Amino acid sequence: MIQTKHDQDDTAQWQPRIVAFLCNWCSYAGADLAGMSRLSYPASIKIIRLPCSGKVDPMFVLKSFERGADMVLVSGCHPGDCHYTSGNYHARRKLKAFRELMSFLGVDPRRFKFSWVSAAEGAKWSKLVEEITAEARELGPFRTFPEAAKTEASQ
Amino acid sequence: MSPEASTAQSLAQTAAEMLSQGQVALVIGYAPTEGKRLSPPVFVTTPEEAQRLGFDSRCFGNLSVYLWSPQVRQMGKTAVVVKGCDVRAVNVLLRENVIKREDIVLIGVRCGGVGDLPAHKCTVCDCRDPQGCDVVVGDAVDQPDGAAEGRYSAAEALEEKSLDERREFWQRQLDKCIRCYACRQVCPLCYCKRCIVEKSTPQWVETSAHPRGNLSWNVVRAFHLAGRCVGCGECERVCPMNIPLGAINQKMAKLMEDEYDFRSGMSPEEKAPFTTFSTDDTDEGIL
Ligand code: SF4
Ligand code: SF4
Ligand code: FES
Repeated sequence: MIQTKHDQDDTAQWQPRIVAFLCNWCSYAGADLAGMSRLSYPASIKIIRLPCSGKVDPMFVLKSFERGADMVLVSGCHPGDCHYTSGNYHARRKLKAFRELMSFLGVDPRRFKFSWVSAAEGAKWSKLVEEITAEARELGPFRTFPEAAKTEASQ
Repeated sequence: MSPEASTAQSLAQTAAEMLSQGQVALVIGYAPTEGKRLSPPVFVTTPEEAQRLGFDSRCFGNLSVYLWSPQVRQMGKTAVVVKGCDVRAVNVLLRENVIKREDIVLIGVRCGGVGDLPAHKCTVCDCRDPQGCDVVVGDAVDQPDGAAEGRYSAAEALEEKSLDERREFWQRQLDKCIRCYACRQVCPLCYCKRCIVEKSTPQWVETSAHPRGNLSWNVVRAFHLAGRCVGCGECERVCPMNIPLGAINQKMAKLMEDEYDFRSGMSPEEKAPFTTFSTDDTDEGIL
């Protein structure tokens, strides 16, 4: 369902939007397993499948926030298990620095999640989504960008 | 003779010799000019013109930015006048294989700091005596002690604030950005032929001077320079809107030093943190 501006402002109805970038080989398969095992998890998460967590450019994360995500998750294979041997190690370095940069600029680092979920961890996936959705709900709508846009519109 | 005049003389002499002996086709240096706030760059191709070269506390520019420009490269072997801090940018260009050492000649100049009130980078400078140059001119200068302290003071001052305060601060600052990209043009390390802000399929960064695109632009600029920026301060100096870009650069540089014991541009052989990884990197903050 497309959220309108109205129900975004109405906290009773408001559902967080979480964009998740999952690597094809572990986390996506993990999420798939959760589905196949009929484990339910909130529909707040919008999954985008990528070959590897190493493919995640910080630009993807920024763009998600720009387009209205309240939280972004990047998930890949556990260290040592990356299908391309080291994509997740590179991602770990880069994304940690990225989170620090965003936090320095005033974006709540809790809005940017990073996890390792293997193809066998369907249960972990469903629990994780449950947990971060609860956290996202607590944090409320991500307003930095819309707010900034509003300031400009009113000028 | 004043120290400045004698430095100018050695610069002119060195450049004239290199040009007349055909060692280089071009010398890029500074031409201190009466009444100017800044000593502009000068491109010297004949021994006579070399007389214009000089060095003083108005030589802010980091001339290494010209080394990779196609116009300069097609002229042939180039000598460039560099301060100790500028050498760090040259080192990054070398380590990233943008230029080859044999294609350039480095004329180092000892520097006592630039600016009437010395620039922040000069108060924490630890490279007043340029390293790795082909020639070094100028009188010996004092190397300030305890330079490491305060290296990241601008970033630290902001880190102490709360998240909300920081957001408010940066929102105000970045709202000012007019997207002139002067910060990019002046950066010796922003050498991409096509910058991400110019890519339009898809449009990664909104191009109008709108708060949304402004944040993305400034995040991208900072992130693409993480582990590469040498803190020359040029971006902040040229920003017409006085956005404290140096604080963002410092934040990333501090991270690199704290996490990976790395300072960019200290040698042409170094390996930047983002070109490699360690299996021992922390899993902290990962679910
Ligand atoms: S201080 Fe600015 S201009 Fe200098 S290297 Fe860093 S980003 Fe580039
Ligand atoms: S120089 Fe300043 S105003 Fe121009 S694009 Fe860079 S940050 Fe924005
Ligand atoms: S393939 Fe899963 S992280 Fe690289």
